[in-house]
Amino acid sequence: MADLKQTPLIYKHREANAKLVDFSGWEMPIHYGSQIEEHHIVRRDAGMFDVSHMLPVDLKGEGARDFLRKLVANNVDKLQTSGKALYSCMLHEGGGVVDDLIIYFLNESWVRIVVNAGCADKDIAWMEVQMAKHAPGLTLTPRRDLAMIAVQGPNAAAKLWQAMPGMQDLAAPMKPFNAVVVGEMFVARTGYTGEDGFEIMLPAKAAPFFWQALLDAGVKPCGLGARDTLRLEAGMNLYGQDMTEATTPLESGLAWTVDLKSERDFIGKQALLNLHFGGKPARQLVGLKLLDRGVLRNHQPVFSEHGEGEITSGSFSPTLNGSIALARVPAGVNIGDTVEVEIRDKRMQAAVVKYPFVRNGQPLV
Amino acid sequence: MSTDVSTDVSNIPANLKYTKSHEWVRLEADGSIAVGLTHHAQDLLGDMVFVENPTVGRELAQGEECAVVESVKAASDVYAPIAGVVLAVNTDVEASPESINQDAYAAWMFTLKPANAADLDGLLDAAGYAAHVASEAH
Repeated sequence: MADLKQTPLIYKHREANAKLVDFSGWEMPIHYGSQIEEHHIVRRDAGMFDVSHMLPVDLKGEGARDFLRKLVANNVDKLQTSGKALYSCMLHEGGGVVDDLIIYFLNESWVRIVVNAGCADKDIAWMEVQMAKHAPGLTLTPRRDLAMIAVQGPNAAAKLWQAMPGMQDLAAPMKPFNAVVVGEMFVARTGYTGEDGFEIMLPAKAAPFFWQALLDAGVKPCGLGARDTLRLEAGMNLYGQDMTEATTPLESGLAWTVDLKSERDFIGKQALLNLHFGGKPARQLVGLKLLDRGVLRNHQPVFSEHGEGEITSGSFSPTLNGSIALARVPAGVNIGDTVEVEIRDKRMQAAVVKYPFVRNGQPLV
Repeated sequence: MSTDVSTDVSNIPANLKYTKSHEWVRLEADGSIAVGLTHHAQDLLGDMVFVENPTVGRELAQGEECAVVESVKAASDVYAPIAGVVLAVNTDVEASPESINQDAYAAWMFTLKPANAADLDGLLDAAGYAAHVASEAH
């Protein structure tokens, strides 16, 4: 594992007997014993994830908003108050997804963007090229000096205040999808689990102490395995699986994040209009719930009376105690239909369902 | 996308036989064999959520794919350690796949009537399996 990058929390993970794996070039905990237990802890109590492999990037300078109007597909004019967060795709000219990211608006000349670990290098290269063209006065600073810890679950807030009492005054009043700067910490009420929770960016050196304080407050370490089943139950896309450079956001259930109505001309907009004839894609992302025994997995073929599709993310759902998936299928497939999925040469029945599958601890399907 | 980089060779009982594909084999008093997944295998796969056993009466060749286990992480084939006929399957393990995680050597999956009892001699002993696990870790 000599070539793998490590987060500032690697020793905390080893101390806790984590099973460490190569995740996008990073040595990361997949679980600390049982992925399913960790999943349930986040649904029922409070768990924490080391997500320091993700990269915060600071965009600074006058005209940051104008540049984002060009750079991303969502409408950044929704960002009007300091701390407001926005989920968006960043597209290439062809309308495919370069990456999905969260934009935190601090003020007109400081925006923090958090990008996926596996995309960080290409994202920065892409942003720099676009900056040179459209906004040469701005600066872009990757913040590898920061660690990032996600504290998630119904008891996340209470345990976070217990671990960091000084944070409570500023962070507790925060609504979901907002962030606030608390001293050296950047505290965002965001996450990837479908539960209440926080993503906290802080100096790398402080991260092991913060992690320990959270442990002492009863927050359980959870691995990236549980993070994946949690996000799937929450119906959140994973870059590289549910969306790629070869698919558009409209084919990934992300039409709600694409601003095709305003006059604004963002990169990829014309391609989306051309490809989808004004916004109606031929393929759509739907939820599946397996009716037979087995486990849905990525890339399994899906058969419907409207044609074939493919599972983009499939797994066992610990909350539903059954198997669920996101699948890209032809546009004619409707919620309530039954489709067939090929699992090891056998056709199994699955119901087409709305996602999210689970939100705030409650099954929705 | 992710590959395992740790290993656990501590739990390999001396009274069992093993395969390179991580099945354990126990010779029963009546000459049949019980087959399950090793502790190491369940450790690699993680939380088990699905088990599909062969049908009783099926004739298996040595090394034939005959069962499937799925963890949250991945599906994995189970192979017949030696040739034989399936005598019984453990429906408790099918109903509670997590029992493989809890005690891999108690959670037998199926039993076989060996076609040739001498085939057992070709399987790995505990030391041989430990060496195999160690070699796979590199």
